[in-house]
Amino acid sequence: MSLYLSIAIIALIFIVIFQIAKASEYVSVLKGEEASRKQNNKINGFLMIVFLVLGFIGVYVCNVYLYPKTLLAQGAASVQGEKVDQMLFITLAITGIVFVITQILLFWFAYKYQENENRKVFFFAHSTKLELIWTAIPAITLTVLVVFGLRNWFFFTGEPPKNAMVVEVTGKQFGWIFRYPGHDAIFGKKYYRNIDPATNSVGIIWDDKYSQDDILTEQTMYVVKGTPVKLIIGSRDVVHDVGLSHFRLKMDAVPGIPTTMWFTPLYTTKEMKEKTGNPNFAYEISCDQMCGNGHYSMKGIIEVVDQEEYDLWMAKQKPQYYTAFPEKDPTAVPAAATTDSTAKVASAKM
Amino acid sequence: MSHEEVLHGHEGHGHDDHGHHEHHETFLSKYVFSMDHKMIAKQFLITGMVWAVLGGLMSVLFRLQLGYPDASFPWLESILGKWAKGGQITPEAYYALVTTHGTVLVFFVLTAGLSGTFANFLIPLQIGARDMASPFMNMLSYWFFFTASIIMLSSMFVETGPFSGGWTAYPPLSALGDASPGSKSGMDLWIIAMALFIVSSLLGGLNYIATILNMRTKGMSMTRLPLTIWALFFTAVLGVLSFPVLLSGMILLIFDRNFHTSFYLSDIFVNGVGALSNEGGSAILYQHLFWFLGHPEVYIILLPAMGMVSEIMSVNSRKPIFGYMAMLGSLFAIAVLAFLVWAHHMFVTGLNPFLGSIFVLLTLLIAVPSAIKVFNWLTTLWRGNIRFTPGMLFAIGFVSLFISGGLTGIWLGNAALDIHLHDTYFVIAHFHIVMGVASMFGMFAGVYHWFPKMYGRYMNNSLAYIHFWVTLAGAYLIFWPMHYEGLAGMPRRYFDFSIWESFKMFADLNRFISTVAMIVFAAQLLFLMNFFYSIFKGRKVITMNPWEANTLEWTTPIRPGHGNWPGEIPEVHRWPYDYGKDGQDFIPQDVPVGANESHGH
Repeated sequence: MSLYLSIAIIALIFIVIFQIAKASEYVSVLKGEEASRKQNNKINGFLMIVFLVLGFIGVYVCNVYLYPKTLLAQGAASVQGEKVDQMLFITLAITGIVFVITQILLFWFAYKYQENENRKVFFFAHSTKLELIWTAIPAITLTVLVVFGLRNWFFFTGEPPKNAMVVEVTGKQFGWIFRYPGHDAIFGKKYYRNIDPATNSVGIIWDDKYSQDDILTEQTMYVVKGTPVKLIIGSRDVVHDVGLSHFRLKMDAVPGIPTTMWFTPLYTTKEMKEKTGNPNFAYEISCDQMCGNGHYSMKGIIEVVDQEEYDLWMAKQKPQYYTAFPEKDPTAVPAAATTDSTAKVASAKM
Repeated sequence: MSHEEVLHGHEGHGHDDHGHHEHHETFLSKYVFSMDHKMIAKQFLITGMVWAVLGGLMSVLFRLQLGYPDASFPWLESILGKWAKGGQITPEAYYALVTTHGTVLVFFVLTAGLSGTFANFLIPLQIGARDMASPFMNMLSYWFFFTASIIMLSSMFVETGPFSGGWTAYPPLSALGDASPGSKSGMDLWIIAMALFIVSSLLGGLNYIATILNMRTKGMSMTRLPLTIWALFFTAVLGVLSFPVLLSGMILLIFDRNFHTSFYLSDIFVNGVGALSNEGGSAILYQHLFWFLGHPEVYIILLPAMGMVSEIMSVNSRKPIFGYMAMLGSLFAIAVLAFLVWAHHMFVTGLNPFLGSIFVLLTLLIAVPSAIKVFNWLTTLWRGNIRFTPGMLFAIGFVSLFISGGLTGIWLGNAALDIHLHDTYFVIAHFHIVMGVASMFGMFAGVYHWFPKMYGRYMNNSLAYIHFWVTLAGAYLIFWPMHYEGLAGMPRRYFDFSIWESFKMFADLNRFISTVAMIVFAAQLLFLMNFFYSIFKGRKVITMNPWEANTLEWTTPIRPGHGNWPGEIPEVHRWPYDYGKDGQDFIPQDVPVGANESHGH
C-alpha cells in the first residue's frame, strides 16, 4: 500500500514540476524571448557562483567527515604503504591546486562573463605563447610525478631483501589457501591435476622430496612483524586478487601464471588494535577481482605477530603430507608436534 | 544590423526550392528502414535513451542493495521474482545488474547512443553533404545495433540468468559456466550481442570516415571543419582500429567456451567439477585484447562529448573557440595515445614492471593534451558574452566534471598508486565522473543544443535548468565521497560490506549515496518527459538559426527533408568560429570574406 502511495506522490510531484515549467514557458513567451533569456541568464549566472561556493564547502565538510575513516588517518602498516601514502599526499597537493584553480576559473568566468549588452566580446582566437605555457607546465609537473612514481614502482615490484620469508597464496572460489615451504624453505612442485579438495587443495606432487614438509593453511596467514614477506600468488580457478588495503598493495591471482608481491609489515595485529582503537581490527585480505557470486565474501586474514609467537604457531603446524598419508605420520600416536628431526627422517625415507 | 542581413540572406536562399524533389516515402521507409541520416540519428538516440533508462534503473536497484543491505523490500520480489527472493536482491542478481549496467552504458548508451546519434546527425549537416557516403550501410548499422539490443535484452530472461562476471568479462570466469551460472547461456547471448554491436559500430565508423573525407562541400577544407566533426572523425578512427581486436578476443572466448580450446585457460580446477583439461592458455591475453579496445573505448565515449562541448561553448560564449589548432592537435594526440596506454588497466596482473613503467609514462602523457583542452575551454569563456542555454550549462558542467575526473586519472595512472587504488571505489568515482557523467553531460548538451534542428521545436527551458542543476549537484554528491571509500581500499563489485571490518564503517555513506542516486535518477525522468513532450508540443522554432551559430546545419530549413538543403549546398568561405569578429556578433561559414575584413583565424 505504502508503495502505491509513494508512487502516487512521486508522480504528483512530477506533474506539478512539469506544469510549473510549462506555465513558465507561457510566461516567457508573453514577456518576449529576449527578456526571458536575460532573466534566465541572470539566474543561472548567479547559480554558477552559488555552486562554486557550496561546492567548496561541500568538499570541506566531506573531508571532515570522511577523512578519519580512510586508512590515511591511521597510517600505513607496511614500509611500502608508507611510501604509497607519501605519494598520495604529493599527488593530492598537485592535483588539488589544479582542481581549485581551474574550478574557480570555470565558474567565476561563467558568472562574470554572463551576457551583457554593453560588453564587447574579445575576439581571441589563439595565442601561441599561452598555449606553450600550458603545455609545458603540466608536462614538467607530470615528469616529477612520474619520476616519483616509478622509483616507488620499481621498489615495490623489485626483489625482496634476502631475509624475506616466502608464502604461497592460492585463490579459489571463494577463499584463500596459504602454503609455507616448511623447514627446507623450498616449496614442493605442484600440478593442478593433483588437486584433491580434501587433502591436497593446491595439487602438491608428493613425489617431490621438497613437498613433504610443506604446510597448508586456509583463511589465515601468519607473518612476522618487521620481516619482509614475499607472496607467490596463484589461483586454481578464476582470476582473483590479493587485496591488502592496510599494506596498500594488491596483486592478481591468475590461474597458470604465478605472480609475486612483497611487503614488510610494521605493526602486529595487536598493535594495530591499539593504534586504531578498534578491538576487532584485522588485516583483511579482500578479493579485488570479480570472481563469481561469492566475490564479496572472499576474505582472508593476515595475522602479523612477533617472531616468538610465530615460532610457537609454526611449531603447531603439521605438514600436509601427513594429512594426505596419515599412515606415514610418525606422530600419529599422540605426541608432541612434529619436530625438526622427525620431519627430516620422513623426507629422507622417500 | 549587418548580421540580420546575413540571416535574411540565408532565408531567401533556404526557401529556394527548385532542384529538389520529394521521392515517395512510406511509413516504413521514413521511420523504420530509413536511410536518411537524420532519422537514423534519432533512432540511435531513442534506442540509446531506452537503454539509458534501463541501465540507470539497474544502478538504482543495486544501489538499493548497497545502501540498505539489511532491509527487505517485498515489492522488489513482485518485480524481480526469484532475483529478489524475500524482498532482497540475491548476489547473483546483483552481479548481473552490475554487469549489464556497465555493458549497456559503456557500449549501448555512450557509444551507440552518443556517437551513433551525433555522428549521424551532425556529419552531413555540418560538412555540407546531403547524406552519408553510404546511406544503406548507415541503415544497416542501426539495425545491427537494434538486433544486438534485442539479444542483450533477451539475455536478461534466460533460465540461468544474464552474464554476471563484470562488463570486462575476464576469463576464466566468463569462459566457465561451472564457475558462475551467469557464464552459461547468458554469456553466449552477451557475446553474440556484443559481436553484432561491433559490426554495427564498424559499419557506422567506416561510413563516418568516408563521409568526412570525401563529401565536404565546396570550400570546406579540413581545417574549416567544426571541432565536433574532428572529434567524431577521430572517434570513428579509434573505433574502426580497435573494435576488431575486441571482436577477435571474443571469438577466441567463444572457442574456449564451446569448442574446448585453451586460448585463455590453463591449470584450472573448478569446485564440484574437478580439473579441466585445458593447459597452456593465458587469462592475461584476453585482458590485453580487451583493453586494447577498452582504453580507446574511453575516448570513443569522451571525444564526441569534447567536440560538441567545444562547439556549444563557442556558440554560446559568442566568441571563437580558443586555439582551434591546439584543440585539433590535442584531439589527435589523445587519439594516438589512446592506443598506447591500455596496460594501465593491468598494473596489478603481474605485468612486467618495466613494461608497466612505459605505460605509466604514456598514460600520464595524456594529461598534457587534456590540460590543453581544459585551459582552452576556460579561455574561450574568458571575456565572452555567455548565454546560459541548457546546452551551454551542460557544456560548462562537462568541463567541471572533466577536470575533477581527469585529475584523479593522474593518481590511477601512476602504477605505484594504482597498486593501492586499483579496483576500489576510487576507480568507480574516477571513471564515472570523467567518462560516465561527463560524457552524459556532453550528450545532454548535444540534445538540448540540436533538438531544434532535430524536431523543429524547443525543449522546455525551466525543466532543462532543473535537470541540469540537480544532475550536476547529484553527480558530485554521489561520486565525490566514493574517492574516500576507495582510499580506504573498499573494493568494487561487492554485494555486501557488512562482514568486512575494514569497510563496514561506510554503511551510512553508502545509504546517503544510494538515496542521492535515486533522486538523480528521478531527475533524469524530467529530461525524458521534456524530450518526448517537446517533440510533439514544444515551442515551435521560427528562425532558421535560433542560437545564431555559424555552422552549416543552421542554413538548412527549420525542418530539413531528406537531402538537407532544398537548393544548392552552400559554399563555405571561412572557419566556423567567427564570433565577435570586427564587431559582428557572428558570421556564418557560408558568408564570403568581406573586402575589408580583418585577417582572422
